[in-house]
Amino acid sequence: MRLSLLTLGLIGAATLAACGKSEPPAPTAAAPAAAPAAPTWPELRVAIDPTYKPFTYKTESGEPAGFDVDIAKALCEQINSKCAFVEQAWDGMIPGLLAKKYDVIISSMSITDERKQSVDFTGKYYNTPSCVVVKTALNLGAEAANFKGKKLGVLKASTQEKYAMGELQPAGATVVPYDAQDQVYLDIKSGRLDGTVADVVEVRGGFLSTPDGAAYSCAGGRIPVEFDAKYFGTGAGVALRKEDTALRDALDAGIKAIRDNGKWKELADKHVPGIDIWGS
Amino acid sequence: MTPYLLSILEGLWVTIGVALGALCVAAVLGLAGAAAKLSPYRWLNWIGDVYSTVIRGVPDLVWMLLLYFGGQILVNDIAEAFGFRRGPQINPFVAGVLTIGFVYGAYMTETFRGAIMSVPKGQSEAGWAFGMSRFYTFRRMVLPQMVRFALPSFTNNWLVLLKATALVSVIGLADITNLAKQAGAAARGEIPGAAIIFMAFAGLLYLLISSLSLYLLRKAEARYSVGVKRGTF
Amino acid sequence: MDKFAIIFEPQNLQLYATGLVATLELLIISLVAGALLTVPLTLMRVSGKAWLSSPVWLFTYVVRGTPLLIQVYFIYYGIAQLEWVQALWDTVWPWTLFKDPFFCAVLAFTLNTSAYTVEMLAGAIRETPAGEIEAAQAAGFSHWNMMFRLVLPSALRRTLPGYSNEVVMMLHATSLASVVPSLYDLTNAAYAIYKTYYLAFQPFIMVAVLYFVLTFALVYVFRLLERRFLAYLRPQGHG
Repeated sequence: MRLSLLTLGLIGAATLAACGKSEPPAPTAAAPAAAPAAPTWPELRVAIDPTYKPFTYKTESGEPAGFDVDIAKALCEQINSKCAFVEQAWDGMIPGLLAKKYDVIISSMSITDERKQSVDFTGKYYNTPSCVVVKTALNLGAEAANFKGKKLGVLKASTQEKYAMGELQPAGATVVPYDAQDQVYLDIKSGRLDGTVADVVEVRGGFLSTPDGAAYSCAGGRIPVEFDAKYFGTGAGVALRKEDTALRDALDAGIKAIRDNGKWKELADKHVPGIDIWGS
Repeated sequence: MTPYLLSILEGLWVTIGVALGALCVAAVLGLAGAAAKLSPYRWLNWIGDVYSTVIRGVPDLVWMLLLYFGGQILVNDIAEAFGFRRGPQINPFVAGVLTIGFVYGAYMTETFRGAIMSVPKGQSEAGWAFGMSRFYTFRRMVLPQMVRFALPSFTNNWLVLLKATALVSVIGLADITNLAKQAGAAARGEIPGAAIIFMAFAGLLYLLISSLSLYLLRKAEARYSVGVKRGTF
Repeated sequence: MDKFAIIFEPQNLQLYATGLVATLELLIISLVAGALLTVPLTLMRVSGKAWLSSPVWLFTYVVRGTPLLIQVYFIYYGIAQLEWVQALWDTVWPWTLFKDPFFCAVLAFTLNTSAYTVEMLAGAIRETPAGEIEAAQAAGFSHWNMMFRLVLPSALRRTLPGYSNEVVMMLHATSLASVVPSLYDLTNAAYAIYKTYYLAFQPFIMVAVLYFVLTFALVYVFRLLERRFLAYLRPQGHG
């Protein structure tokens, strides 16, 4: 009897220790009515979906890496904050932000009017187009009608999914939503999918430049510009809750600062050499 | 290959942590539920019945999603009503432990209820005749004997619970399953058949934990059955 | 409460309806295929010959010892990555089936349910009262005759309560089909509504109610079956 109580107690203690390690600090009491001069954020919880090379991915040993991750670290440095990365599946990004599981999303999230209804964005920190990826041998242009009968994988809750559902599916393509972009590449490789709709830079780093993607390319280079406003928005920005206006202003200033002092260019050249990802 | 395998192994601690945490929650809830179902009060019986029936009637995954997405918002609302900026975080680890513990508490209720009923009533009556309080009788006389009856079903529940922890990968926790899935996708270029290798490796880890715990629990069964006469077949 | 009204809009109800149909399809096909697989495997499992029973033992050991989620990922993603399967699955049956997500999910569920049922049924066969077997041998039954006319029917009846548990577990397991891309079951329906409208409770509670109703229906059906097939075990009234 004593032994089982002891064992139970040990298990409980171990569990509490494990819980304590991963749980964030306790909530702070309500801020006083008159806020202090400059708000500070000692720790910034940043949500990332690490299945999006070269923007957000994990190294072999499980460390977050990529352009988004480095931009996040640079911005945290700008606002004198410590970055804590929280992994989150892409389609749960905005709901998680609204539920206050983290403070910002820095994971190649495009600024669109639809998303602006629920969250706020800083200005963009890069802007790249998307394209439809199919076998090069098919020699298809970018018009939607070309993809009739093709099976295309897309990331759930992405702008690419919106475009695919809005333009490609009515034109006769089959659109299959996936939980993560790298699962899409697994199924293209195996032959279940004919292609995908993806960000031009991401698909290059994550698929086209790998042996599996050698036979594939962007049809017509990129999706026609006229669809940008409706589906793709104005570039990738940092998403925050609407009430965090001070944080948004600080991060906007941070983005401008790293653009001005050359840090942005340094990171862009490191992860995406030779391509201009600032866009228009 | 090795760095990937090592990173999947790190998920082992998460899986074991969630499983053991959920086991504690389930055991406590199971005892409470069994007590409720066996109590003389009709309303307690009803609560115990509703708990074990409703929980077992809905898939674990649905409970997990409900708690993870809905629970956080509920907690935030309550905290904001009290003036806090936000409520305590229900991170995936806590959501996983609480959900799985809550769900398997319902199964444990049945386990403990059956086990308590298997202890001859005469034992408790003897305790009461000696002037022991009901609680003291339960703790010192019924509980130790109940363990022997509960162990087989408890072992079963534990093995099912262990496999249910794989569901926390769906809410994003970096357990064995999640890490194997990510590694399989990330390494698809450099290692042919990465997806199958890493999934098989993950399965092997679960098999190892299952076998080890089965062995330990069988030993515990033997220890608690010392002196019990068994029929021969 | 007004938020619940969103659930009842026609396009969302449509999602639930398709999800419900898909869930039931998955459940029934997996159970039937599992049942067909179970009986021969059980006969192998209880056989005295090690070369028959060992492979089945290994099968049930591995399938019962690993989570269903891993089995689903293994079959859907894992097998698809094998080069020789990819070469064959456009043309050669049965490999063509592996391309289909529905088949992959059904295969995973079938193997899972048959592994658990084989162990249950094998246990019931082993528990057959020794006297019945002796009587059969004394009466001159051949081994197969005894199996099919005496042991199996009796074992199947005794497995019924445990099997009802297994069927309910399988219903709950079908919710895992939501992780396979392009399978739109009931859990997926709730998840889709959650992502579109950011409603955290209502869609999942609706789906929980639906699963609950289905579970009760299944339990009721099995209670009827037990009343018919296990009538001889019911408490007898006074004669």
